[in-house]
Amino acid sequence: MAISRRKFLSCIGAAALTTTTNGLSKAYGASNKHFKGHPDSFGILHDITKCIGCRKCEAACNKVNELTQPEKSFEDLSILDQKRRTDANIYTVVNKFKHDTRAPVFVKKQCNHCMEPACASACFVKALNKTKTGAVIYDESLCVGCRYCMIACPFEIPAYEYHKALTPRITKCTMCYPRLLEGKLPGCVEACPKEALIFGERDKLLKAAWQRIYRYPDQYLEHIYGEHEMGGTSWLYLSKHPFSKIGMREDLGKKSAPELTTGPLSAVPIVVGLWPVLLTGVYAISKRKDKITKEEKEKAVAQTTALAKEDTEKKLEALREKMTREKTSAINFEVKKALEEAEKTDAADKTDDKAPEESGKEEN
Amino acid sequence: MALDKPVFIKPKLTLFNIIIGIILVMGLILTILRFTKGIGAVTNLDNNNPWGIWIGFDLLCGVALAAGGYVTSASCYIFGLKRYHSAVRPAILTAFLGYALVVLALHYDLGRPLRLPYPIFYSQGTSSLLFEVGLCVFLYLTVLFVEFTPAAFEWLGLKKIRAIVVKLILLLTIFGVILSTLHQSSLGALFMIVPSKLHPLWYSGYLPIYFFISSMFAGMSMVIFEGSLAHRYLENEMDATHKKEASGVAFGFAKAASLIMMGYCATKLIGLAVDNNWHFLGTSWGLWFMFEVVGFVAFPAVLFAMGSREKNLTMVRFAAIWTILGIILNRLNISIVAFNYHLPAADRYFPSLSEIGTSVFIVTLGIVAYRFITTRMPILHEHPDYKAH
Ligand code: SF4
Ligand code: SF4
Ligand code: SF4
Repeated sequence: MAISRRKFLSCIGAAALTTTTNGLSKAYGASNKHFKGHPDSFGILHDITKCIGCRKCEAACNKVNELTQPEKSFEDLSILDQKRRTDANIYTVVNKFKHDTRAPVFVKKQCNHCMEPACASACFVKALNKTKTGAVIYDESLCVGCRYCMIACPFEIPAYEYHKALTPRITKCTMCYPRLLEGKLPGCVEACPKEALIFGERDKLLKAAWQRIYRYPDQYLEHIYGEHEMGGTSWLYLSKHPFSKIGMREDLGKKSAPELTTGPLSAVPIVVGLWPVLLTGVYAISKRKDKITKEEKEKAVAQTTALAKEDTEKKLEALREKMTREKTSAINFEVKKALEEAEKTDAADKTDDKAPEESGKEEN
Repeated sequence: MALDKPVFIKPKLTLFNIIIGIILVMGLILTILRFTKGIGAVTNLDNNNPWGIWIGFDLLCGVALAAGGYVTSASCYIFGLKRYHSAVRPAILTAFLGYALVVLALHYDLGRPLRLPYPIFYSQGTSSLLFEVGLCVFLYLTVLFVEFTPAAFEWLGLKKIRAIVVKLILLLTIFGVILSTLHQSSLGALFMIVPSKLHPLWYSGYLPIYFFISSMFAGMSMVIFEGSLAHRYLENEMDATHKKEASGVAFGFAKAASLIMMGYCATKLIGLAVDNNWHFLGTSWGLWFMFEVVGFVAFPAVLFAMGSREKNLTMVRFAAIWTILGIILNRLNISIVAFNYHLPAADRYFPSLSEIGTSVFIVTLGIVAYRFITTRMPILHEHPDYKAH
């Protein structure tokens, strides 16, 4: 390896530093700070007990967002018997729930405009953003179409235009962001004949909702859905029936989505900072080990060769003595035998040579 | 130009080649359909199930099984296990092809594939784990490409530029390990944002760690598996060193994999204990979970241990295949089977034939590319002009 260790270390150190200080530490910062929503941001309170299932909000939403008209008109209430979810062309649906003999319950469903939206924190091009108004809006000019936002949304809201070949988009309720900027009410709120939808500053809506709960304790559960769910949402819900019975999950917990991913994101700088140092250390150790094994091997080989040499010389010496002593015709025969023996020990020494090499490998 | 082998070798009309031809034609048709009629026309994806096998298999399994690259080069160049040297090139090649195919597969799955560079160059969503995956995969693909180039340069006879790249090997290897650690684990962390959608037996705060650990034995098993395939079908491309070292590589990795897999099982147990999920084991989900962990991790781990002790190559190869199936099962469980477990059966996802066909097509492309390269460039043998570095 021609590159020197110090040069190498400084290279990787610099690389690690730039990565941590530029992109990745920002990820860490962004996910780690606790964001409690913009002050004075808006919200919408859905008083489920007041909803009559007229689908006027659905119709209004379709109109203000210029979505394609459905086959069956919005007057047709039979569709309420199906369980529906939002779709590429449908930003909001009203579902009917019947649990006992009493009157059915109607619940409107759309994007909840989370305070710390899972969809926005999941988007890897920042195509989804929580605005100061409270609306979570989508920028189609950035979207790559990975659909991770759909995976991430705990309320199963974003939909995708699967049948567009080249320019599919994510679609979801915008909280009528364009209308808000014009100072108008969201389409659905404006259309609701029963005041089951109320628009206002989220903080004030929360207070009003609690007042309703205190004033009419037998009409409402003591729980405002959206106050804390997944870190809180801009849409708030009041109900008489347990939310889990009317299609709203109560097992989502209070942790916001960014809190769920802080752990893995904050591990990035640790890996980037520690790994190069550790791995270079391991490399240095293995290099040194190699060197030591090599030296030991060389030493062992030298020793055995020396020993073998001594041995053969001794034998030859003995042989010479013998030869001069006996001087018989059998001498030739003896020499041959001794040489053969020496060869054998030589061969044996060679196999011995191999042995330390093998064990050296195993130690690695 | 001292070309090792010619670029064009006339294909023979074998049964294997005919099947490959049919798959390629089918893939082409599906590709045209996908890009003219949209994702909805060829897949069973819907608003509740935005990710299917193109993510669950092509991306998650593809990346895990391409981990052989970093595992082998780290063993050889960082941990100094020189006897793995002959396994490095094939492993790097497979990893490079694997990642290249993952990126290709993403072009099918993404709604607007031409915007793939956006997250890296245009609008960085740094709070997203998918951003981390994308950035690391992009960088790692580049690293793998550079690591692979010496073979191509030898083939083309470009000595000087080869010498430069070879000097960078250690640096590249360390980079590779960092990037692999990050993206292998963040693929698991992708699912940390959905505690309400992934079954508690699979959802865990340890998801990134599980993904990283399992990528190690996935990579090792792939090296063993590929080795056995190459021996069978590409033996005339191998030189004596490669053949001599091959079984040593298999036994070494088998031993290491068995230890890591035992450790993985232990961390799975810890995960169960931390979240106190024991009671789920009695349900049918629990059975399925045990099927995966005991049947496809613990069992092949024992086989690996026995095979490496008794120097039984067949057993080791069998265990490798079993482990690979286990990795696929695990990734599919997390991304598809146990994902959306709360939805009624009618809303669950099952891949369409065209989705499966597209995945088969992409894997086939990989096989064709592997064969093209190994029969031409010095991958399974050393180039006569260059000594081992
Ligand atoms: S409800 Fe879903 S889509 Fe709407 S802001 Fe929250 S996470 Fe995003
Ligand atoms: S589909 Fe679009 S908006 Fe949703 S996460 Fe991916 S890039 Fe962002
Ligand atoms: S706020 Fe606007 S976009 Fe959202 S449901 Fe109401 S009308 Fe539709």
